[in-house]
Amino acid sequence: MKKVFKMEDLDCAHCAAKMEEGIKKIEGVTYASVSFMAQRLTVEADEDKFEEIIPQIIKVVKKVDSDCKVIIK
Amino acid sequence: MKLKKSQKRVLVRIIVAAALLLLCHILIGGHSHFGENHGHVHLPDWAAALCYLVPYFIIGYDILWKAVRGIFHGQLFDENFLMAVATVGVLSIGLFPDQEPEYLEAVMVMLLYQTGELFQSIAVGKSRNAIASLMEICPDTANVERDGKVEEVFPDEVAVDDIIVVKPGEKVPLDGTVIEGASSLNTVALTGESNPRDVSVGDGVISGCINMNGVLRVRVEKEFGESTVSKILELVETSGDKKSKSEAYITRFARWYTPIVVCSAAALAILPPVIMGLIGGFESAPWSEWILRAINFLIISCPCALVISVPMSFFGGIGGASRHGILIKGSNYLEALAKAETVVFDKTGTLTKGNFKVTAIHPEKIDEQALLDLAATAESYSDHPISRSLKQAYAKEVDNSRVGEVREIAGHGIKAMIDGKQVCVGNRKFMRSIGAQWHECDAVGTVVHVAVDGEYEGHIIVSDEIKPDAEKGIAQLRKLGVKKTVMLTGDASATGRAIGERLGVDEVHSELLPEGKVKKLEELIAQKSPKGQVVYVGDGINDAPVLARGDIGIAMGALGSDAAIEAADVVLMDDKPSKVATAIRISRRTLSIVRQNIVFAIGVKVIVLVLSLLPFIGTLPPIVAIFADVGVMILAVLNAMRALYVPKK
Repeated sequence: MKKVFKMEDLDCAHCAAKMEEGIKKIEGVTYASVSFMAQRLTVEADEDKFEEIIPQIIKVVKKVDSDCKVIIK
Repeated sequence: MKLKKSQKRVLVRIIVAAALLLLCHILIGGHSHFGENHGHVHLPDWAAALCYLVPYFIIGYDILWKAVRGIFHGQLFDENFLMAVATVGVLSIGLFPDQEPEYLEAVMVMLLYQTGELFQSIAVGKSRNAIASLMEICPDTANVERDGKVEEVFPDEVAVDDIIVVKPGEKVPLDGTVIEGASSLNTVALTGESNPRDVSVGDGVISGCINMNGVLRVRVEKEFGESTVSKILELVETSGDKKSKSEAYITRFARWYTPIVVCSAAALAILPPVIMGLIGGFESAPWSEWILRAINFLIISCPCALVISVPMSFFGGIGGASRHGILIKGSNYLEALAKAETVVFDKTGTLTKGNFKVTAIHPEKIDEQALLDLAATAESYSDHPISRSLKQAYAKEVDNSRVGEVREIAGHGIKAMIDGKQVCVGNRKFMRSIGAQWHECDAVGTVVHVAVDGEYEGHIIVSDEIKPDAEKGIAQLRKLGVKKTVMLTGDASATGRAIGERLGVDEVHSELLPEGKVKKLEELIAQKSPKGQVVYVGDGINDAPVLARGDIGIAMGALGSDAAIEAADVVLMDDKPSKVATAIRISRRTLSIVRQNIVFAIGVKVIVLVLSLLPFIGTLPPIVAIFADVGVMILAVLNAMRALYVPKK
């Protein structure tokens, strides 16, 4: 299943690439894309795994840029 | 210009730090690459250092903090780390016995870096807003009629078949059909076309248009989530997900470039002095000189200019295109469009208007009206443009009770039971297959043959109008260097050829069934050069498989057609074939901006790296390095923003 998250204060393109790489490495994630300009994160994973994956995504994002927020609906 | 809160804070810090720095410099003075300055107040070295540290921390505290955090998080090579090491390095040079302290330089480096970052953040925000302005097509409310009263609700609360009222100056909130009133609609936000579109009772209206003068009552046909506005917004928002090769390349480049330069910097700081020290004795080792060179390396090792300007250019290009009513679904398609080598057009609805009109009726035995009656009744369930033209010419309500079983035979026509008789309406292949004694007609247009119970009853000529800008569109493609233009059509070859010649396309392939079009396209793809791209342009209504098969599928006249929006890679909001050339032009321009930025940014960095290595030039002041870094970034970002503004041509 594919989910899209909006991001806030994503200020460096380099970081976006690093986040994308980091999120791809999370177990259960089959595809990830961070669009720097649109401030969007697209993640593909099994639906029932999202619960475990989301906290890890937030951790990866914080690790790269502590100012950047992922908005979880 | 409106700044975000965080941007304002940085701006204030820059101003305060700059003022304090100037004050320190005037009062205390000191040594810098700009020469000696003897200040008015004489302070001991340590006190002078403390004074300079005030503006340094004001401007750099967050960077230092992030650098420390980054180290703990394993983000060793991010730009905060680089700037922290570089400025601390410059500050610590004063500790060497043979060097004067260079506080001014250290604070300047931080100051310029922050200024560059601020500028970049403003520029990125501006580009993002440009796309957001497209979001202005999004309506806020809808006026829905409920129990005789008009209520204002959110568009997503309106159901299909509700009646909405659209007043002058308002946006049409949902797709629907006008049931009362007449007005002009401004579609410029959707199509880039400034001529208003006139609508009256019975016409479809599309969400996102602005009602200009009359009050309209509209029956809603699609829920908000399915309406044109939502589809467009979704498409624009997701366009960033599909990345281009250049973006991937730059990310890869940055991944290797920074660590390599940082390691070289470390080597540069240590190896030469150690070697010289071993040869000439430790006392003479020029530590500070080589540390300064290494610092230059560090400052210049930030790949920001590249990493930010490339996605920004693509984003700008996609945004600029959308202002012309051209929606590109991803940077990869923008990149591919620039290499368009063959452009294949579908004929009906793409190069021609698709508004077929009955131009002649040639019956065999029965009278004209009876022949038209058979054809229109048989086609009554079909929504094909030809069927519509037949019904239009019939001008009476079709009596559906006369029609029994109806079967549509793809690429042939329709077989229907009417008044108990089997009526076949279709092309000559169909006639051949049922064994009717049909004959040719020399009139230009599509010939619709009619047979009843296998007996040939005559034919009806339906012809189509060529779009006014089709010829210009093809000529523009040729001017852009597109090697081959091709037209595919299901029409008879005589009609196809006649139209192809008028338009000036290089190749015409006629009498193609939908599968035939896919096959033909595959043949054309096999013929192209390895890097060239085959573009297929269709209306997306009945050629979705072909659209999907092309290297790039362009659907036009997409206003109101969901199927087209979904199947295509590039969507033209209006139905002008000349927009294909515009799209290619925009993509080429964007790509050339990307290329300029890559060459320029890498070029300047390499030059500065080499300069800071050359021993005979002496040490380059770090301020030159930071100017090179920030300056390149600013120029690259400004250049990238150019992609957003597509000149009208």
